[in-house]
Amino acid sequence: MTRCLLAFTVLLTMLLGGCAIQPWVKPYERERLADPIMAFSRNTLPERHRDHVREVREGAHGATGVQGGGCGCN
Amino acid sequence: MAVTDVLRRVSALLGGVLGSLFAAGGARALDLPADSAEAMFHSYNGGGVTANGPALLVRKSIADRVSLSASYYVDSVSNASIDVVTTASPYKERRNEYTFGADYVYRDSQITFGVSSSKEPDYTANRYSLDISQETFGGMTTVSLGFTRGADQVGKHDAPEFADRATHWQYRVGVTQILTPRWIASANFEAIADDGYLGSPYRIARVFGAAVPERNPRTRSSRAMNFRVNGDLGSHDAIHLQYRYFWDTWAIKAHTVELGYSRYFGDKWLADTSLRYYRQGAALFYSDNALSETTYVSRNRQLSTFDSVGLGAKVAYTWRKVPGRYEVKLNGGYEYVRYKYSDFTDVRTGTPYGFNAGVLQLFVSATF
Repeated sequence: MTRCLLAFTVLLTMLLGGCAIQPWVKPYERERLADPIMAFSRNTLPERHRDHVREVREGAHGATGVQGGGCGCN
Repeated sequence: MAVTDVLRRVSALLGGVLGSLFAAGGARALDLPADSAEAMFHSYNGGGVTANGPALLVRKSIADRVSLSASYYVDSVSNASIDVVTTASPYKERRNEYTFGADYVYRDSQITFGVSSSKEPDYTANRYSLDISQETFGGMTTVSLGFTRGADQVGKHDAPEFADRATHWQYRVGVTQILTPRWIASANFEAIADDGYLGSPYRIARVFGAAVPERNPRTRSSRAMNFRVNGDLGSHDAIHLQYRYFWDTWAIKAHTVELGYSRYFGDKWLADTSLRYYRQGAALFYSDNALSETTYVSRNRQLSTFDSVGLGAKVAYTWRKVPGRYEVKLNGGYEYVRYKYSDFTDVRTGTPYGFNAGVLQLFVSATF
């Protein structure tokens, strides 16, 4: 039983060791990602406006990452 | 003493106090949002509704550790939509919204606190939110968690006896992942619970052809999943893909697909185009004209079966730029949207309803 447990522990350690993935995109390789055209969110006000326009007309909302407030939906 | 002197002293005192509060702490890997300002004129025009007004936002960091932001947003609404002209009189009203936010960065974590208050004559909405994001895996992965609590007071024009409330809870989780030196992706999930008065005291439903006030459930539970990918195409241009799936306990299921393309023209011009398709199924209790008596009934177009297609374009022009000091951009954007309803009849013509809308944004943005 003890031998089984030891073998399992060694195997698990080897497996986890093999799973240790290193970050593959280094900080100096992220210049293009830092460009504004690669950002998910560029300007706050226009995004909040567009989100509000959609939210008061569509049944779906949420998960857009835009924080809005209020209603104006009558 | 001049007012400017007083303001300068108060600002210096505040800066000193807050600076000493936040200066203590470890080395920081994450950057605070840049100091910025935005001033915008926005306009929506479609389906008999116009909504426009100014909006302002200012963001400023203190002691390089906290970034404070404040915004003011106005919606001047003139409503002569199909619901209004067929059941009531057109009206005008104004909505004012104030928001305040604070971002705090500590090493690889960012904490954001926000409050907002929106007021119109018959509706008041207050929100507060807390978001935490953590950069990990050598800066390649950012995990975020967030929460928003909202409380609304619902009123009705010329009916002081009507007063109700609604509360909202939103819980969100997200992951942003750098895939390659040119591709980045994100996945976001949000769970929303609404409770209270979730309809409009003015809206009319139809049962056996007769007009009756709409009756909505007082609870709603929704879920949304959003996936986004941005890719650099290598010629000063980028592609954006987005898909969202939404479902709720009112049986609405919605799909949103958006495709975008951005490109620089020289040093000063940046153009964006986007194509968005949205489609949803109707809520269980939605009916154009109900032919049986049910506990809940609504003829709210927002809960019907419809789709919309939006085609948008934006242009940004760098007006002034001093590297490392400030940058001012002039921006303009327009989106044309076509809404097409499957089970909402225009009672004036007897045909399915549809309309076109235009969304205009003109704004100046500055970083300093």
